[in-house]
Formats: sequence, C-alpha cells, structure tokens
Amino acid sequence: MIRVRGLAHRYGEAAVLDLQTWDVAAGERWLVIGPSGSGKTTLLHVLAGLVRPSEGAISVQDTDLRSLAGAQLDRWRGAAVGIVLQALHLVRHLSVRDNLRLAQYLAHLPQDEARVVETLAALGVADKAARRPSELSQGERQRVAIARAVVNRPKLLLADEPTANLDDAAAARAIDLLFGQAERNSATLVVATHDARVKQRFVKKLELGA
Amino acid sequence: MNLASLSASYLRARPLNTALSLLLLALGVATIVLLVLVVSQVEERMTRDARGIDLVVGAKGSPMQLILAGIYHADAPTGNIPLAAAQALSKHRMVKKAIPLALGDSWRGYRIVGAGHEYLVHYGAQPASGRFHDKPMEAVLGAEVAARTGTNVGARFVGAHGIGGEGDEHADAPYTVVGILERTGAVIDRLVLTSIESVWQVHEEHHEPADEEDRKALEADREVTVLLLQYASPLAAAMLPRQINSQSELQAASPAYETARLFRIVGVGVEALRAFAVILILAAGLSVFIALYTALEERRYDLAVMRTLGASPARLFGMLVVEGLVLAGLGALIGLGLGHLLTALLGAWLEAQQQYPVTGLQWRAEELWLVAVALLVGLAAALVPAWRAYRTDVAGTLAQG
Repeated sequence: MIRVRGLAHRYGEAAVLDLQTWDVAAGERWLVIGPSGSGKTTLLHVLAGLVRPSEGAISVQDTDLRSLAGAQLDRWRGAAVGIVLQALHLVRHLSVRDNLRLAQYLAHLPQDEARVVETLAALGVADKAARRPSELSQGERQRVAIARAVVNRPKLLLADEPTANLDDAAAARAIDLLFGQAERNSATLVVATHDARVKQRFVKKLELGA
Repeated sequence: MNLASLSASYLRARPLNTALSLLLLALGVATIVLLVLVVSQVEERMTRDARGIDLVVGAKGSPMQLILAGIYHADAPTGNIPLAAAQALSKHRMVKKAIPLALGDSWRGYRIVGAGHEYLVHYGAQPASGRFHDKPMEAVLGAEVAARTGTNVGARFVGAHGIGGEGDEHADAPYTVVGILERTGAVIDRLVLTSIESVWQVHEEHHEPADEEDRKALEADREVTVLLLQYASPLAAAMLPRQINSQSELQAASPAYETARLFRIVGVGVEALRAFAVILILAAGLSVFIALYTALEERRYDLAVMRTLGASPARLFGMLVVEGLVLAGLGALIGLGLGHLLTALLGAWLEAQQQYPVTGLQWRAEELWLVAVALLVGLAAALVPAWRAYRTDVAGTLAQG
C-alpha cells in the first residue's frame, strides 16, 4: 500500500524528516509517533502529495507520487486520500452537507447525496446535515470532519493529532471512529500523534526521531 | 456544489462588502446607461425633426435660438420677418421647398403653429381622425397634445398669447379642432397646427380694417416668424446663407451646424457625467479588490483545506476569479435595470414638462459593451487575490493550526 525508500525532507538547511524504509500493507492501522519537530505532519503531507520531498521515493497503492504532475497529484489526492486535520477546518459558510459535497466536488467525483447521507449516518450526525459547523459541538464537528475525509471512500485515511485537546473518553471515541471508518471503507489508516494515551490501541507503530 | 455556488456562499458570508461593491458598480453602470439612452434618443429625435430642412430663416438674433424656435419649438422666436421678404425668398432659384411658419401663441403650454399643409406633409403626418385644417380658426392637434389634453375633434379652445402659457387669452377668437394627427415620433406630435391666416386673424382682431386702404396697409404689414428652406442644389449651401445674412432684416441659420454646436456645448456636461460614472466603476473595482483581498486572510485555512480535498491551485485561482466576475456581473445587471428605470422616470418627468420624450424601454448595443467592461473590471480586481489563492502554502498554513 505504502512504500517509502530513502525519504528525506528539508526546509532550507534544516532536516525535518528522515525515513529510510517503511512498508505498509493495505488495511493496516499505523501510528506515527515522535516528539514535536520529528516530521510526523510532514510525513502525512508527503503521503498525501501535498509536499514533494527533497529526496526519496514514495509510492501509494502502486502509484509513484513523483510520476504525477501538479494537477494530476491534486486529482489523485482528492479521490484516494482522506485527511482529518487537528483543527478540523470545516468550511464555516457551508452546511455540514455542503462540506461533504465540497469534498466530492473538489475530487471531481459525482455529487452523490445518498453517499453523503450514508456517511453522516455512519458517524451518527445525519440529523446535523443542514447545520453550520458553528452550531455543532466539538465532538460533532470531529465526526463531520471524519465524514468529510471518508465520503470519497479513500484508500488511505490520514489523521493528524486527532486526539489533541480531547479528554480521555473523547480521545478513545475518536480513535474508535477512525478505526470504524477505516474498516468500513477498507482504507489504510495512518495516525500521527504525540499523544501517549492512544499508543496501546495500535499494534503497528512508526517512531520518528527528533 | 459548483464554482458559482461556492463563490456565492462566500459573497453571502460578507454581505456589507458585497453590497458596497454591487452598489458602486450599479450606480456607475446606471449613470452611463442613462447617458447613453438619453443622449442617443435626443440626438435621434433632433436629427429626425431637422431632416429635410437645410436652412432656417428668421429675424436677426442668436442663430441657435432661431433653430431651437423654428425647428424644435423649444425656445422663443427671435422675432418676425416681413411676409414679402419670405415670399421673395421662396421663389429663389436655389430653393426647392419653403415652409413659412407663424409662431407666438400657445394652448396649455403646447405651441400653436400657423403653417400650410406642406408642413404636415413634410413630417409625414396623417389624420388619425378628422381632417387637415382648411379655413381660418380651424386647428389640428398633434397626437401627444390630443392624448395629454384629452381633446377630441369638434372641441373649441382659445389660444394664449406667448409660448409659456401664462399670457393673455385671445378669448374672442376660439379655434375649432377639426383633426387629430397620427403619432409621427417627430416634433409635430407636440404642436397645435392651424393656418397662417388664423394667427394673423387672432392678432389683427382688435383693429378691424376700416376701409380698403386700411386693409391693404394691414396686409402689407403681415409677417411670418420663420421660413424653413430646402436647397435645390448643394451649391446653395455655399451661397444662400451668405446672401440672406447680408440682408439687414434676415438671418439664416443651418440646423446641422447649430445642433452640432449645441451637442458640443451639452457634450461637456455629458463627458463630465461620463467621467464620474467611470470613476464610480473604477471605485467599484477597487472595492471588489479590497473585499476579496482582505477576505483572503480569514479564508486561507479554507483554501488550504480545499487543496487537501483535491483542489488544484488553478481551481482556487478560478474560484476567486469567479467571485470577482459574479460580483461584477450582478452589479452590471442591477446597474442596467436601474439605468433603464431612471431613464423611464426621467422620460415621464420630461413628458410632463412637454419636453422631448425619452423611453427607458429601449436597449442599445452599447449596453453589452458596458457589461463586458464591468466583467473586465471584476476580472482585473480578482487577479491579485486569485494569484495569492493560487500560491496558498498548504503545509505552512495547516502547520499554523
């Protein structure tokens, strides 16, 4: 599913990521851990094709990311990768439903209302479809953010610090939701965190050094 | 969900900015629409009213006043000229057609024009009801006069001295309406027509000729106000005006020259208004630019998230451009509607003032250009914000939270 060889990324002189070898099989759930500045977020951005690494080869689902030109890479990301960001970043001016339709639209996929409703229902927020994000609780917003990440049935689901700022129970629920949605959509899951509480939930762990 | 609805949702999210941009653009476009419609319609009508009239001869004075009074019936006449002089000129070999008019009276603000049938024929007037005037004290009404005063054939009225409508009434000499003209779209729609003899009769009423000698003296004193001339050959244009102007009592004025002069004078005001409208449109462009540019700051997370959802930089660029175009297009449409509404209101007011009628129901090709210019302004205003959206640093923005 994911194959990384000789990956290194630098911002100017500063090395922010160094990962020689990493192989992930389809359907696996991985935890990427490491202190701040170890390159967890950068690794997710590289996997999503948002950042082109300074060195190294990455292929996701047998697609060599280096082979995709700018707009192709964007198109591939829209269809193949779902991303849950720490700050969620739902679009304020759009309803919950439209936030999901935005994901379909930007990925050049047909706007499938049934899929939107089904995805929201699977996360228990179908009744919030017409609401604006500001009208939801923090927990509901996170469910909507996960729904937006999986609405296009991505093969790779990425989550950046999904449990930061959550209490223990909420953090456990967030991980449950990600596991459930990864399984339901047959997606490979990669979660980056420095949150020690979620460590024991994962069997596969990638530790990045400072 | 598409680019337009997405852009619209962002425009709705900041209603004040959006309203300001729309207002400025709409006012600018409306001002230009108003100018284009009024100027073109007035020019068209003035050209039509002066068609076939090469020269206006009247008493000495301002040549423009002579044209305004003699052709457009919009100013007081410069005075009268002796009938004998007019008759002599009519027989000039360089004159193909001569139409004498006797002016001076009015009825409810509409001018009473003493003229022969040739004046009606010149404007292609046909009776809608009744007939042309034959005998003295018979009158024919232009279509607008009849419609606005609600007068029918058979009605009697008395004229007032002077053209303002406030003068003494010639109560002892009533006119009888014998015909109402079909609408011609020319100045004749706003005139009351009678024979030249009627005008003379009204003014001679007070001193009945005592004997034959007195009558002859009266007839020798008879005058007309203007003489409308059509040249027999192009050569006449070079010779006739000079020849007439050299006679001490007469003045010749060319409608083409005087109306061109009038448009040049009025044109300064029109140009100033047009410049003002252009400034409004540029201000609207600036307002669109500022609205889009300042909104970028709060939108940078949205833009970054859209990239994570698969949007290419070009698509973010397109989204901002569409926003500028939607604003400009909407503003232009509102402006067009407002411009036509204002023109219609002005037209209604002018009609009530018995001035040139102007309609707001006319569309002109220039208006399409106006929409194109507005869209261009919207596009130009969106380019820099769109470029910044294009350059959104996804990783950098998301790393900030």
